[in-house]
Amino acid sequence: MIWLTWRQFRAQAAAVAAVAVAFAIVLAATGPRLADIAATYRDVFDHLTANDRHLFYTGIVVMAVAPVIIGVFWGAPLVARELEAGTHRLAWTQSVTRTRWLATKLGVTALAAAAAVGLLTFAVTWWSQPLDAALSSTHGSLPSRLTPVSFAMRGVVPVGYAVFAVVLGATVGAVFRRTLPAMAVTLAVVIFVQIAVPTWIRAHLAPTAEQTVMFDRERLDGISIGDTGPGSPLRMTVNTGGVGNWVLSNQTVDASGRATDLPSWFGACLPAPPAPGTTEGPVKVQGPDTMDACFQRLNAEGYRQHLVYQPARNFWPLQWAELALYLAVSGLLAGFCFWWTRRRLS
Amino acid sequence: MTAVLRAEGLGKRYRRRWALSDCTLKIPAGHVTGLVGPNGAGKTTLLSLAVGLLAPTAGTIEVCGGRPAADAAQLAKVGFVAQDTPTYPGLSIADHLRLGARTNPRWDDAVARSRVERLGLDPAQKAGRLSGGQRAQLALTLGLAKRPELLILDEPVASLDPLARREFLQVLMEAVAEHEVSVLLSSHVVSDLERVCDHLVVLVDSQVRVEGDVESLLESHLRLTGPRREPATLPAGQHVVSASHTDRQSTLVVRTDAPVLDPSWTVGRLGLEDLVLAYMEGTRAVAPGPVMEVLR
Repeated sequence: MIWLTWRQFRAQAAAVAAVAVAFAIVLAATGPRLADIAATYRDVFDHLTANDRHLFYTGIVVMAVAPVIIGVFWGAPLVARELEAGTHRLAWTQSVTRTRWLATKLGVTALAAAAAVGLLTFAVTWWSQPLDAALSSTHGSLPSRLTPVSFAMRGVVPVGYAVFAVVLGATVGAVFRRTLPAMAVTLAVVIFVQIAVPTWIRAHLAPTAEQTVMFDRERLDGISIGDTGPGSPLRMTVNTGGVGNWVLSNQTVDASGRATDLPSWFGACLPAPPAPGTTEGPVKVQGPDTMDACFQRLNAEGYRQHLVYQPARNFWPLQWAELALYLAVSGLLAGFCFWWTRRRLS
Repeated sequence: MTAVLRAEGLGKRYRRRWALSDCTLKIPAGHVTGLVGPNGAGKTTLLSLAVGLLAPTAGTIEVCGGRPAADAAQLAKVGFVAQDTPTYPGLSIADHLRLGARTNPRWDDAVARSRVERLGLDPAQKAGRLSGGQRAQLALTLGLAKRPELLILDEPVASLDPLARREFLQVLMEAVAEHEVSVLLSSHVVSDLERVCDHLVVLVDSQVRVEGDVESLLESHLRLTGPRREPATLPAGQHVVSASHTDRQSTLVVRTDAPVLDPSWTVGRLGLEDLVLAYMEGTRAVAPGPVMEVLR
């Protein structure tokens, strides 16, 4: 049964393996130089070439796409194609029970997906490691490993995504019995989950840290004009003072601790922004003395900035928690897939 | 008589529609049994239930003494050649034999290889490139080399041309003689079954109309032609299967164990096809049902 699974699967497996290995080789070739830079200079980012930056973002794209591709092209056709072609009638009437048939197919495919994505994430994680120590979540020129975009492309979570995508694809395929709709639905669901988890779930997988800070230029990240048009109140963001924290909430509070906008006088206090009429984006800080005066007045009136964030040290706890979450959901899905294949398919 | 298949009140419903209902049936071991009936009579459903591809909605079915597809040992006892003989298009003939060898404990590799050789097939050829007849032969090879107790074939020759059809059935017969396997074969073409079956089950509207040894069926069924007469006036022991009348003449098909003595009848024998048709027509007289396809 393993032989049959492998025989049916080897072409697709070879294609993905080739891409994964090629990418790993590129990373292996360019990685040591990055490590040298990190060992020699404190400010790694000033010494990165455009090529390094491209590779960094390519890594993110590859890691983001790989589980989706694997779910759509490995998972969805796994059962659906057999049902569509009628070959399940051949496979299920050999001396192998349906349960074992599915277990073998699903097991081999999920393991292969885990291996392929495991290789990729290992390569990307290793390659990016020299950058992590130098990054801050906002001052760094490349996103730190705890920010949503980077987090999903490092460590162990991609393996969970890949396994989940395969099991989801197989289950959807078993329910829909048609390859193409199963692929489309798998694609949509995987993308939705990949957006939903960082948006609503990940931040709660480990305890957050909080800070309430006074305003000063050191902590200031940016001041922006709200999005309700001209005359809308200004907003300010500050940093956590640490490197690699994932800021979840960056809110100005008043003396009683309630969330509030900056007072109206603050805009007038500030020096004029460089490009008048710009209503979006952070405004560059200038005029140090005037700024300090404005901040002092804010502090004196009891305004503070309240920060909620996932500290950088939570990277690995979050990774393991999210991996466990994905594997648990995959397990439940697989259970449903087995039940469906045994009881509901013919 | 040991039964290789036993069904009791068997039924299968798809959503609202019953594809097979209240089917009670016993098929003896050691025979080539033809399952014949019009399209939509429930033949494929019955066979799918027998190999465990489907689970019954009602009643029970027992094949070779066990619940179909209950476990690997049960699966090993029953070979199946599905309708349209599905194979993996991307896999070669040799791959298919390997698949059989790796998934069946009683696999007979010598049989498989010699059959492929005798058919003149190239083992390296992909199944997707085979003709319908060759694919059917490959599926039959898989079924036979599995060395089952019962080989079930669902309309194996339906999509084949007459020559391929004859070849297929011939190969099947040779193999049956060689391996002493019970065979259950469905078709809506009686002439196919006539050549190979020694036992017959006629299934119409999921009901078994008649079942028995082909020879004794042919002996016990007679066509009576004579002056017009109501079927009800026949002596007890002559069961009317079908009746048709013109203004002056009646033609009856009756089942009887005793000779017909009434001199007003012209007594004739029936071929298997006429016999089967008589049972279908008999049903149609009660309620209009699907028409039997006649192909030669």
